[in-house]
Amino acid sequence: MIRTESVASRLWVWAVWLLVGFFIVNLLALIATVVVNSFSTRWFTTWLPVGFTVKWYLSAWEEFQLPDILMATFEVVGAVVLLSGLIGVPAAYAMARREFPGKKFVMLLFLLPMLVPPITFGIPLATVLYKAGLAGSASGVILANLVPTVPFVILVMIPFIQQIDPRVEQAARVFGAGTFRMFTNVLVPLLTPGILAALLLVLVRTIAMFELTFLTAGPENQTLVVALYYAVFAAGVRAGQSVDAMAVIYMVTTLAWLLLALRFVNPTQIVTRAKKGGH
Amino acid sequence: MKGALARKGFDGVTLLLLPAVFFVIALFIYPFLYGLFLSFAPKDGGWWLGNYAKFFSDPFLYDTIGKTLLVAVPVTIMNLACSVPVALRVRLMLKPKLLTTILVIPITLGTVLVAEGMLNYFGPRGWLNRFLMEFHLVSEPLHLIHNYWGVFLSLVITGFPFTFLLTLSYVTGIDPALEQAGAMLGARGWDRFRHILMPLLLPGLMITFCLSFVQAFSVFPSAVLLGAPAGITRVISVAAYTAAFEEYDYSMASAIAMIMAAVQVGIVALLLGLQSLFYSGPAGGGKG
Repeated sequence: MIRTESVASRLWVWAVWLLVGFFIVNLLALIATVVVNSFSTRWFTTWLPVGFTVKWYLSAWEEFQLPDILMATFEVVGAVVLLSGLIGVPAAYAMARREFPGKKFVMLLFLLPMLVPPITFGIPLATVLYKAGLAGSASGVILANLVPTVPFVILVMIPFIQQIDPRVEQAARVFGAGTFRMFTNVLVPLLTPGILAALLLVLVRTIAMFELTFLTAGPENQTLVVALYYAVFAAGVRAGQSVDAMAVIYMVTTLAWLLLALRFVNPTQIVTRAKKGGH
Repeated sequence: MKGALARKGFDGVTLLLLPAVFFVIALFIYPFLYGLFLSFAPKDGGWWLGNYAKFFSDPFLYDTIGKTLLVAVPVTIMNLACSVPVALRVRLMLKPKLLTTILVIPITLGTVLVAEGMLNYFGPRGWLNRFLMEFHLVSEPLHLIHNYWGVFLSLVITGFPFTFLLTLSYVTGIDPALEQAGAMLGARGWDRFRHILMPLLLPGLMITFCLSFVQAFSVFPSAVLLGAPAGITRVISVAAYTAAFEEYDYSMASAIAMIMAAVQVGIVALLLGLQSLFYSGPAGGGKG
């Protein structure tokens, strides 16, 4: 361990931690204002609201038709998680176990949808989906959301698969298992932690995926985050507390899954998948 | 025939790739090409470059590139400049998981929720301005939303954690023995950073910069909710969205999306071109 010796370097260390502390305090206060406001009766010129109530949750529940929005969200998210697992895991297996000409090109093909921002490819994608008559329906929203999640599952799964000893698969082959049997009886049980991690991250990302859903959803299949956007956009139409109540519901939904996901993955993996998968 | 293909690596297992490859081609590559061709077929007929000519002759449209760069470039530089010293300290922590977990929260919640929180928190009656007024740090509330700073701050709140976590993953990849060797030979903190860490980090920082910049350049919801979407923060994604969903001119919208992609690719290519001038090699300290 290197010791920090001089006064200047100690000051520097303090400055760095002060910066981190300042950021975190503001971040937490920012989230706290949303929560406090959602429970407030009136809140104008004081540090804290005049009184507390839960009525905004009841009114948000009805005003924003939250049951419908939640159903639409879970329909989209469930389908995206399931399909990206079904398409992504076998592809990851092939990428981890086979060398073939053009493999680098295929890898680039999977990296691009994760590196190009959703709004950039979302507009041409939404155009195609509208021409095909799919946008505005749940299937259009699901297809659009799968574009970044399928490559994501592949890149997260490759290192997990590489950790498995190929001799386990050879043994299964010797005893007569076909590719499908080997998958269901040998690989999937061994890969459960990896698959769980990948799919939970897909779940969190899809709940929070604004751009692609926004560009392809019709009024019937808005997800929670898109409904929240419209509520914030039309601020003034409804009470601010009602919008915040909905924001809290969105926040709780997302963070609950995030906490679950973090039991299986390291926080840094959420942003570094591209680099780790690239090897 | 089958045997020959298998020797090259194409067998039943490789075929498992097909659904995923087909999927990415159908829903990523094809729409991009479709958009590219559509952008050369203006809605009202006419010249094949009509959309691009219109974009680059109308200041209301071509200014969006400058406006987006004006917010994306400073934010990315600031986030990266703050990330490096913080990551170098966090690397020495024994249990960084709590800190990294807190920082993952704004990334996970996304820009829309951060925007709603900022409207409350940075507003004229929000906690921040109340605090500043209470302690007489300012005489009147700071204007931090519905202008340039609203978008800037939102990109700091969601962008800094992203940049930091990426930087951290590069920093922890450097063998501590290299820095210890430097210290043993008498190099002080700043010298160790300048001569040992920085050269090893540069390639990673370049990639971090590219990824963060591309994210910031495609800012959308916060530019609408926190900025002045008709004025200083009319960013390029707002122009593309307006063309597609308010004017129903998908051809023009595709042209703007292609210009957006071209600027992103251009900046990334420029930076990666610069990177080839720097050291790139192992960051480990072993014999090898």
